[in-house]
Amino acid sequence: MTSIVKSIVGSFESLPIDPFLLAILAILVPGIIIFLIMAVNALIAVYFERKISAFMQDRLGPMEVGIFGFKGGKKFWGGIGQTFADAIKLLSKEDIIPNDADRFLMMMAPFIIFTGAFLTFIGLPMSDSLVISNFNIGIFYIIAMSSVGVIGIILAGWSSNNKWSLYGAMRAAAQMISYEIPIALSLILVVLVSGHLDIHGIVQWQADNRWFILHSPFAALGFVIYFVSVVAETNRTPFDIPEAESELVAGWMTEYSGFRWALFFLSEYANMLIVAFVASIVFLGGWLSPFQMIDLPYIDILPESWLILDGVVFGIFWMFVKAIILIFCMMWFRWTFPRLRVDQLMYVCWKIFIPFALANVILISIWELIRMWIF
Amino acid sequence: MDLKEIFDAISPLDGIELNLESDVILVSSASLMAVAEKFKNDADLDFDFLMCITALDDGDSKNFTVAYNFYSNTNKHSVEVRVSVVDGKDVPSLSGVWKTADWHEREAYDMMGVIFSGHPELKRILLPEDWEGYPLRKNYKVADYYHGVPIPKDKSYWE
Amino acid sequence: MDTTLDKSIVNIDEMVLNMGPQHPSTHGVLRLKIHTDGEVVSKIEPVIGYLHRCFEKHCENLSYEQIVPYTDRCDYLASMHMDHAYSIAVEKLLDIQLPERVEYIRVIVAELQRIASHLVAIGTFGLDVGAITPFTWTIRDRERVLDLFEALCGARLLYNYIWPGGVSHDLSPKFIQRTHEFLDYFETQIFEYNELLTGNKIFIERTADVGVMPADVAVNFGVTGPSLRGSGVNYDLRKTEPYSIYNKFDFNVPVGEGTMGTVGDSWDRYWVRMVEMEESIKIIRQAMGSLPDGDVHSAMPKKIRPAKGSVYSRYESARGDVGIYIQSNGKNVPLRLKMRSPAFCNLSVLAEISEGWMISDVITVLGSLDIVLGEIDR
Repeated sequence: MTSIVKSIVGSFESLPIDPFLLAILAILVPGIIIFLIMAVNALIAVYFERKISAFMQDRLGPMEVGIFGFKGGKKFWGGIGQTFADAIKLLSKEDIIPNDADRFLMMMAPFIIFTGAFLTFIGLPMSDSLVISNFNIGIFYIIAMSSVGVIGIILAGWSSNNKWSLYGAMRAAAQMISYEIPIALSLILVVLVSGHLDIHGIVQWQADNRWFILHSPFAALGFVIYFVSVVAETNRTPFDIPEAESELVAGWMTEYSGFRWALFFLSEYANMLIVAFVASIVFLGGWLSPFQMIDLPYIDILPESWLILDGVVFGIFWMFVKAIILIFCMMWFRWTFPRLRVDQLMYVCWKIFIPFALANVILISIWELIRMWIF
Repeated sequence: MDLKEIFDAISPLDGIELNLESDVILVSSASLMAVAEKFKNDADLDFDFLMCITALDDGDSKNFTVAYNFYSNTNKHSVEVRVSVVDGKDVPSLSGVWKTADWHEREAYDMMGVIFSGHPELKRILLPEDWEGYPLRKNYKVADYYHGVPIPKDKSYWE
Repeated sequence: MDTTLDKSIVNIDEMVLNMGPQHPSTHGVLRLKIHTDGEVVSKIEPVIGYLHRCFEKHCENLSYEQIVPYTDRCDYLASMHMDHAYSIAVEKLLDIQLPERVEYIRVIVAELQRIASHLVAIGTFGLDVGAITPFTWTIRDRERVLDLFEALCGARLLYNYIWPGGVSHDLSPKFIQRTHEFLDYFETQIFEYNELLTGNKIFIERTADVGVMPADVAVNFGVTGPSLRGSGVNYDLRKTEPYSIYNKFDFNVPVGEGTMGTVGDSWDRYWVRMVEMEESIKIIRQAMGSLPDGDVHSAMPKKIRPAKGSVYSRYESARGDVGIYIQSNGKNVPLRLKMRSPAFCNLSVLAEISEGWMISDVITVLGSLDIVLGEIDR
């Protein structure tokens, strides 16, 4: 099980290169890869969000801006270049910092949030042998790194010197910290059952048995709790109280414009991608194809991998399919439901999710014991 | 109940007069509170809605009339009461009896300059706090400047 | 840098928030000074007057016919109602008898306007609570009503259509047929709104038991319209003191019963508006079924010069009880015209019913009261 860092180091080791330069290379290449993933994800996800929301609201969405030969106008892909145009516009905007705002903190805040998302991608594999760095505490590392973003949000709200931003930041802090508990408790379920903390072990266990969501009703409940909690963690409606547009203008992001705002946006969509990936790895089999669970007739001529669509490249494909379906569900939620008030949000977390998640942990352990005794 | 019956119901009070040609009851400013309380508390009258308070200029911008419109949802009758305000005197405020009067009296003060005594917070509501003059008076002249911005008098450019 | 704590600026106990004149949710230029303790509101002070356009002073210099466009602009979301209210007041002063056709046309148009105004109210209420999709749907359906009005009188929002003594244009030939098509389409849409908002658990949690307005508080503050009916008080001018020809139609008046929470909460006020739209559909169908022929201009006076006197006439608009007080001294220009707008009194109750709740609830209550700053400030 190699990782990209190891493979870079391995392939260049034999050449007479200064080890310091080799280390820099081993850091830069993965960094660029992750940054590209985040940037491309933001571009595509924003376009899809605008189109999906438009179709749900009986309108058309971006239609005019075309790119690479796709002309704007009548067809439904008309506005494909819209996010490119928006990105260029945001990058060229004037950088406004209010007079009384805390300058240093205000500049730091977007980078902290960006770093939180960035660090999480390091331990997230795309396929069987495609990971930046292979952690043996995979899940634990991911849960830990997802918590870094909260600091950035609090800093953003505080340093803006704006009462409305402060409100948004305080609500965001309470919400994000509270919802990490049901997330962690739901992810513990798979660790208990499979006995592995590292991601490859978890997916291997799912390859040997079945997808974790089908393991027991408690695992399915765990998936539901996990999915709703990550919607809360990434501040999406119905839990988008920190950035509630109709109350707080834009919440903790109010005073940001231009490139810094683009960074916030990038991190929000990167967070969505990360949690969708983690959900598909832990509960939905990761890079395993769904046909693997079905017993297909074994035809001697064709390799089995052609039938069940398996392998390194298809691994990436299946990961992305599952993540995209989950992201579509998250966008669907946003345009359907009103938002919860902040105390109702806290109520749902502390009085409904956490007791159920705790009970889940206990019950799934009992389920495992009974299963081991019977079989 | 029609106007005559309503007037008979409150006739023990003094300072009131029935004006049949305008269909109103004229009440003096001193007996307004007594009439108001009778309207609110008496079961036959039971005027639970104070619909509107209108301040009218009697022509010389020194004497005003304040018209009150009441309506009863239980008995389904309505009445109009007028109080005349002589030069500089004030009218008792009805905001203790009907909370509707709170904002309506502020507007009457703001626009016409009628002072309501006993109002919890009689300040301007529609115009800025530091506006001078009472616009709906007949002798109102617009000021020349407001906070340094000239108010144009020559409207030939657009009218 | 002086870092000593300046007590006048840093007040740890209470925060004064300014929900300023420009805000996505204040339904116009309304300023709310909110004193909060954390998230809980301790005192609200609305500051109005940002849209004051001296309507009453203008009316003292305009003839009675010229005032109609100005009344449009008071409540711009329900201009037909304003025109109608003013025309009824002037007709009371002049004591005119209107032809039947004019009355029927006025009722059809007023009820269509009620549907359009309630659509905006419901859409923006959903938007305040966080549901963005119903807003786009209600605006889309409202566009159809505005298309009907545009075919009728040429304007989409400010109609200048109902004049004292008649209406300005007769119905176009296809108006009846197009209105029938719209009503058939709209009834299916109401089902979709109920699915998306009325029964939605999150929406109910946000609005039920929030901003409860007891009936006696509402009556004392002079609240009228759907906000009052949400508190359980059965007061609809079209039934209690029918003006025009409303006594000929068969319709119900929805009254809030506390189905989802307490009587008089925000859900009740929202629900009353939803049901009122359905009732308006009934009235329009009945009116179009028995529309008589006639000339709509036959009763219009050449010159409006009422006798000396005054009148106070009331009208049930989409927001409540519009009162027009006209004092005339025999000229063709009113001596004094006062418009008692329903949103003016509805807004005054905001401070009373939202103290002790959170900031999100203030927005919810404000949305459920359905105010339009145009008619508050005039």
